[in-house]
Amino acid sequence: MRPDLDVVAGLVPTGSRVLDLGCGDGELLDHLFHESGCTGTGVEIEDRAVVRAIRRGVPVIELDVDTELSELADDSYDVVVLSRTLQALRRPADVLAEIRRIGRRCVVSVPNFGLWKHRASLVVRGRMPVSRELPYPWFETPNIHLSTLPDLEELFAARDWTVETRLLLDERGRRLANERLANLRAGAAVYLLSR
Amino acid sequence: MSLGATATERVVLFPEGDPLRLASGRTLAPVEVAFQTYGTLSPQADNAVFVCHALTGDAHAAGTTPDGRVGWWDNLIGPGKPVDTDRFFVISPNLLGGCQGTTGPASTDPATGRPYGLDFPLIQMTDFVTVHRSLMHHLGVRRLAAAVGGSLGGMQVVQWMAETPEEVANAVVVAASSRLSAQNIAFTAVAREAIMRDPDFADGRYLESDRRPDIGLMIARMMAHITYLSDQALTDKFDRRLQHGATPALGFDVDFQVESYLRHQGESFLDRFDALSYLYLTRVMDYYDPFADPAAVGRIAEAGTQALVVSFDSDWRFSTAHSRRIVRTLEHGRVPVSFREISSPAGHDSFLLTPPGYHETVRAFLDRAYDERGARAA
Repeated sequence: MRPDLDVVAGLVPTGSRVLDLGCGDGELLDHLFHESGCTGTGVEIEDRAVVRAIRRGVPVIELDVDTELSELADDSYDVVVLSRTLQALRRPADVLAEIRRIGRRCVVSVPNFGLWKHRASLVVRGRMPVSRELPYPWFETPNIHLSTLPDLEELFAARDWTVETRLLLDERGRRLANERLANLRAGAAVYLLSR
Repeated sequence: MSLGATATERVVLFPEGDPLRLASGRTLAPVEVAFQTYGTLSPQADNAVFVCHALTGDAHAAGTTPDGRVGWWDNLIGPGKPVDTDRFFVISPNLLGGCQGTTGPASTDPATGRPYGLDFPLIQMTDFVTVHRSLMHHLGVRRLAAAVGGSLGGMQVVQWMAETPEEVANAVVVAASSRLSAQNIAFTAVAREAIMRDPDFADGRYLESDRRPDIGLMIARMMAHITYLSDQALTDKFDRRLQHGATPALGFDVDFQVESYLRHQGESFLDRFDALSYLYLTRVMDYYDPFADPAAVGRIAEAGTQALVVSFDSDWRFSTAHSRRIVRTLEHGRVPVSFREISSPAGHDSFLLTPPGYHETVRAFLDRAYDERGARAA
């Protein structure tokens, strides 16, 4: 499994009903179903990923995360996962509010624009950063809402989410050993939020 | 690969001594069912797929008749196809009230020796399922690996899983609805008016004369056919092209190609369909509301049935909103359900075609169903 998915999976309690927004080919849910006794649903729109998820037995509903989460009922999931998706949404703040309606908890993983390399790219070279975490040139990146960790945490607070756990990852998706200079050192972060 | 020659069998499932008990309380006997099967039932009887047909379909879903007619879902069912007859045992009947071999209003009423006509009892979706279940049991199957249907066929699948979900391990529901909208009912209402107001309908006794309500049935079919296609599909096929040359004939006769096409659709329908069946079957759809029973979804979740719901973006007969309602109901009830809206310009008829992504999705779902056959949800 992708290293960051491993970290996400570790934050999902055993037996949870999980909604994975942007579930790709269902790798995370498949893992949670078989290893953690979870149930749940994926949401995805990429054609081949949906077919692969269905083939492996992960239920997938095609929905636009930005506009169609109203299809899902209040309080219908224990945990909503938003893995490497928030920064690609058109209306991330609205989606965070919708998720709060649907689930009690949310696991969010995001790239950190505050990583020192990203800053250096802008300050020293005067160029938009291209990195392992943000691998696309500016004109074709799906990551249209980039944030640093403090930016993100401000939004969580504004949307009444409480940060229960924050795990920092290096550029390769491995856990950072400590929290020192988090916003400079983390390539990405995984948050467990509760409402 | 195609199945080659396939043949229709018949069996009396409800003889006069053991009549079919309808949801209305009335009984019906004898009930004979025309059906086809493809592939081989496994010794564990765990590889059966039941195919439910749409409004005007028949038992001949796949393969070819001696006179060369190809089954209506031959692109989906066959060796190596998504409903793979090398692995699955496929059961495909004509439904109750139909006119293609299964007992319906044109059949002979044993009480009178005459065709039932309007004395045929009103039937409901649950009655279709009762007969399907009886056929399944007759063939030695207690639990389906999957039930598959499009349009009215998909509605039967939803009914089946709402009633006895323990018999349906997997459900494939394509271009269907769990409750008709006012617009849907309006269309079937006009179709029935056209038939019943045709003087040759003769209060449903036309089968005892040499006349048929052909005009009415033809109009019903022509109108319905428009709803099966999208605006785009008709434009692509005909646009405003004329039958003869570039100069309009400027009269009331058939002039545009689309008129000629519709008339042909209407006329050829007369050879294969009975007006009474059209009335009875469309009425079943109008009253259909399987999730009105609040316990239905709980039963499905309990039984562990998994569902795949598919809609097509240009379908306005049963638009994506209809499929979404099914998905919402199942998903809110914690039934594992997958849903895709497939892009296709062909309208409702897309379920009989092969727009990209459609068959791939059904195949993925059924491949997984095959791997899990015989396993029961905990």
